[in-house]
Amino acid sequence: MSTPIVQLEDFKKTYQSGDIQVHAVRGVNLTVQAGEFIAVMGASGSGKSTLMNTVGCLDRPSGGKFLLDGVEVSKLNRDELADLRNQKIGFVFQGFNLLARTSALENCELPMLYARPSKSAPAQRERAMKSLERVGLGKRFDHTPNQLSGGQQQRVAIARALVNDPKLLLADEPTGNLDTQTSMEIMGIFQELNDAGMTIMMVTHELDIASYAKRMVIMRDGRIVRDEQVGQRHNAVEELGKLVREQAAVNLAP
Amino acid sequence: MIVLNALKLALRALKRNTLRSLLTMLGIIIGVAAVISVVSIGNGAKARIEASIASMGQNVVQVMSGSSRRGGVSMGFGSAGTLTKEDFDAIRKDVKGIAGISPEVRNNAQVAVGNKNARVSILGVGADYANIRSWKFADGDNFNDGDVQRAGKVALIGKTTSDLLFGEGENPVGQIVRIGSAPFTIVGLLAPKGMSMFGSDQDDVILMPYTSSMKRLSGGTSFRSFMVQVADPKDIDAVQAHISELLRERHKTTEETDDFMLRNQQEISEIATASSETLTVLLGSVAGVSLLVGGIGIMNIMLVSVTERTREIGVRLAVGARGRDILMQFLIEAVTLSIVGGLIGVMLGWLASDRLSSLMQTPTLIATNSVILAFCSSALIGICFGFFPALKASNLDPIEALRYE
Repeated sequence: MSTPIVQLEDFKKTYQSGDIQVHAVRGVNLTVQAGEFIAVMGASGSGKSTLMNTVGCLDRPSGGKFLLDGVEVSKLNRDELADLRNQKIGFVFQGFNLLARTSALENCELPMLYARPSKSAPAQRERAMKSLERVGLGKRFDHTPNQLSGGQQQRVAIARALVNDPKLLLADEPTGNLDTQTSMEIMGIFQELNDAGMTIMMVTHELDIASYAKRMVIMRDGRIVRDEQVGQRHNAVEELGKLVREQAAVNLAP
Repeated sequence: MIVLNALKLALRALKRNTLRSLLTMLGIIIGVAAVISVVSIGNGAKARIEASIASMGQNVVQVMSGSSRRGGVSMGFGSAGTLTKEDFDAIRKDVKGIAGISPEVRNNAQVAVGNKNARVSILGVGADYANIRSWKFADGDNFNDGDVQRAGKVALIGKTTSDLLFGEGENPVGQIVRIGSAPFTIVGLLAPKGMSMFGSDQDDVILMPYTSSMKRLSGGTSFRSFMVQVADPKDIDAVQAHISELLRERHKTTEETDDFMLRNQQEISEIATASSETLTVLLGSVAGVSLLVGGIGIMNIMLVSVTERTREIGVRLAVGARGRDILMQFLIEAVTLSIVGGLIGVMLGWLASDRLSSLMQTPTLIATNSVILAFCSSALIGICFGFFPALKASNLDPIEALRYE
């Protein structure tokens, strides 16, 4: 069996908030294999954000073990964490987090600026362009974020996340700021990417969105309370078709 | 590669806030421009002083008579008139290594030609004088020792005086002028020499044998000063020592009671340049302070910029920027600000000193090293004052930075 992408063993995270110790995560075991599409659900304060931050190598666990693609993360320093994020992880945020007044193409090039060894400028441009085409924004490469709709901005963010060929796509509430139809389109892109072999881990609090994933993990009070395969998995293409038909019907009604 | 990227980013970030960048640079611009123009004015003044001292003649030692006291108040060196004709002859005869010697008897007299007349300063001098001061002749020739011996009624005229009395461009040589009550023949027209270091017109003058001036104008018998030209600059100290010794012997004085004073050109020029240098240093340091203030302005804006762009920093960190990348980005931004400011300041300072020199009619001299110094210190200020904000940016926690609203 191949190396799991994410391997958490008895992962704990404790914060010091003034005099009080906050146990954000109290022992989580989770393994994510290559090619999985996993949704992490939970109420706020359940520890799902902490889990995501750790898996995204933005933070280190305070207890237990975390292996990302076989690499023990707990012992790495700040720079090594940065390199790991650069090479193995693609982030998609709820608020898109694109650089303002910077074109879609340049936003996509951003992770490559920090890649070691660095690619030549034309090679960077080509890759960023390919990545944008992959999310259907090839024609809008020179648009700045304020010239793009929310859905398009999120697509640029996905293109940016994909540009360094990551092992894992991490999405934190990727549809939190989007309407239903756009959310479905974004989920469509995720499913497409997943079908092409990309491992995706997504935090959401909407069951509806989580149903597009293959596997669902529910957290409460810093522990995993449920970990199961999604029973009735949504297909973004079908759902979108349904929605469009419903809207058409509403428009036709007298 | 990192530096090049950071430079590109910095330029873009600065372009985004053009007005703010310009205002931030203003401190540096003013500082650098001030340093350059102040130093160029100072250098110009120094160069002018040096030139006018050189116009006094080469390797000249001045012998001045001691001060007289009137009611307990010293009247200054030269006022006593303790130097005599005998002293003059003795120096001329006994001191070796002298190329020329001349007394300098200053008078003012009414000079008239036809219906024009003017009050002109009259210098009673020896035949060596024009040579000592390397004063060229535009026309005619010098008077000779014979004229000096018999107190001849011959005179040399400066360009300004000649233009005044004879009309511009007229040749005064051979003409007769009335100086005081006696008619004098102009034998030579002096080439223009320009302003002295004290700002007086050196060409508004008439030169005549000192014997004539003493006999017909002042009536005195003693001298206030001699000018001695030393043949070889290496001998200046020896000649000076010899003259002192000779005069002490003749006047029966010791070092403490000397009634004369010797000064060479070097000393005169040192005194003259010292004051202009003090002024330059003073003004330059004021300009330096404004550079420092400019640096603080840069730091201030960079801190604001770091706070403003916390989210951007968070994103960069999330996609794999190391702390060092962020540090470089903001440091280079600060340095770019200060260097661009420095460049604008150099150009502005250049323009300013150019304008000033034509406005105040004083020469200015842009020193290359002051340009380099001002420019380098502006870059250094960018590094020093940009470092703290950049360090702050690079130490941000990615999670906190991403969450920052």
